[in-house]
Amino acid sequence: MTILSFEELINKCNTENKKIYEIALEEESFIQDENFDVIKIKTLETLLAMKEAVKNGLKSTEKSISEWCGDDCEKLQKRYYTTASILGKTFEKIITYALATAEENLRMGRIVACPTAGSCGIVPSVIIAVAEEKKIPEIEQINGLMTAGLIGLIISNKVQLAGAVAGCQAECGVASAMAAAALTQMLGGNILEILQATALALKNILGLTCDPVCGLVEVPCIKRNAFLAIHAVTASELALCGVESKIPLDEIVDTLKITGQLMSPLLKETSQGGLAKTKTAIELEKKLFNNKQ
Amino acid sequence: MEQKSIFSVISPIMVGPSSSHTAGAVRLGLMARNIYNAPFSKVKFVLYNSFATTGFGHGTDKGLLAGILGYQVDDSSIKNIFETVNNVDYSFSYIQDISRHPNSVDIIIDDKMTISGDSVGAGEIRINNINGFSTDINGSYDTLLLMYKDKPGMISTVSDIIQKQKVNIASLHCGRSSKGGQASMYIALDIPIGEDVVEKVKNIKDVYFVTNIRKLK
Ligand code: SF4
Repeated sequence: MTILSFEELINKCNTENKKIYEIALEEESFIQDENFDVIKIKTLETLLAMKEAVKNGLKSTEKSISEWCGDDCEKLQKRYYTTASILGKTFEKIITYALATAEENLRMGRIVACPTAGSCGIVPSVIIAVAEEKKIPEIEQINGLMTAGLIGLIISNKVQLAGAVAGCQAECGVASAMAAAALTQMLGGNILEILQATALALKNILGLTCDPVCGLVEVPCIKRNAFLAIHAVTASELALCGVESKIPLDEIVDTLKITGQLMSPLLKETSQGGLAKTKTAIELEKKLFNNKQ
Repeated sequence: MEQKSIFSVISPIMVGPSSSHTAGAVRLGLMARNIYNAPFSKVKFVLYNSFATTGFGHGTDKGLLAGILGYQVDDSSIKNIFETVNNVDYSFSYIQDISRHPNSVDIIIDDKMTISGDSVGAGEIRINNINGFSTDINGSYDTLLLMYKDKPGMISTVSDIIQKQKVNIASLHCGRSSKGGQASMYIALDIPIGEDVVEKVKNIKDVYFVTNIRKLK
């Protein structure tokens, strides 16, 4: 039953004449041995927890334990209150919600790991902001989230979604690909367009390293959520216009895995290289350590 | 290949900031609570390697304590756990030891039981040692753990009792310190067994410790 490749997924969708979220629903109901309604409710609970995290994140300016981050989301809200962003309201909301969620995460708030805690702001910000602006009903948001879930699951059957295994391309990169799929579904894209959006998002983030300063999920993780949320929108827009990736999605996932293997261990969540070993990062580390003692 | 759920990528709902260092820590604490399975007044945590160095910024200490007190991974009060606990004496120490997993902890309860485990990624955990006996418990099965004096026939005696209840055994592992010395057995079960069964196992001669470990949510 396990779907191991996107080729398999397309064939299944075509032969059974089903949408990706319908396949997700069937698969999920089979493994959990529950009816469709139970799975839909579980997905709704996940969606509601995402919305709650955004709501809490928008209100708070509490700093993280390290005291480095936590007040950027407020800066965005202040500016957009008086000055519109050049790309409009949806863009403002997406980057604001992405930061709201990622900041909520670092202050030990309640979030949904999607696929990981470090990348928790990407899928929710895109789904929620677009749904609000385009007035997309809840059931379609659920369908979008389920689409993202199955896409992420198929990728994770090939490569473990952890910075320690394949760098940040496997966390924020995959989150962005999932968000692109969800968005394309919500905007009425067909199966090929959804998978093209996934492919375009993933392909254009290959090689992203994981080098968190002091090993904390803060620098560069938090702001990266805002960037990769917008990356997902770019991918979705291109796919909806009919732009296609020359390299098929399955081969891109294989490339992500191999790139992860080729990546130096110094750049895979060990904080032994990259940004974590810059002069400033080392100074921050010293300060943090002294404060702790 | 084990079939995975879409909720392995769009969950868990948890308090941040890290699935391995926060959610994993809570689950290690919860597992230790389930293993000890009795009231306690004192707990010591020994954090190793990455848990020791970056645990502070990830709330690993709070997560471990909250877990052993029975909080679930998505409980917003974990953040303020230090301010709310008053009836348990807790302490933390920090060690670097490369022979251990990067995210590893020893949990010592009431100076009686030492439970060691690792947070292996994405909130998944593994309990690999209880009071010196190797284990491989990940919290996905209800598990019966017993410690006894090594002697022939113990496995069949225990499995007979379980089978009589029509409970299917998913896996069974044993180990011993020396022939005739202390031995341990842990049995993963498809469905939980009742306390009456646990009592029966406790009453077997030469069994000195039995615990019915509930799986994690
Ligand atoms: S940089 Fe590393 S820790 Fe941060 S979000 Fe990316 S993979 Fe996670």
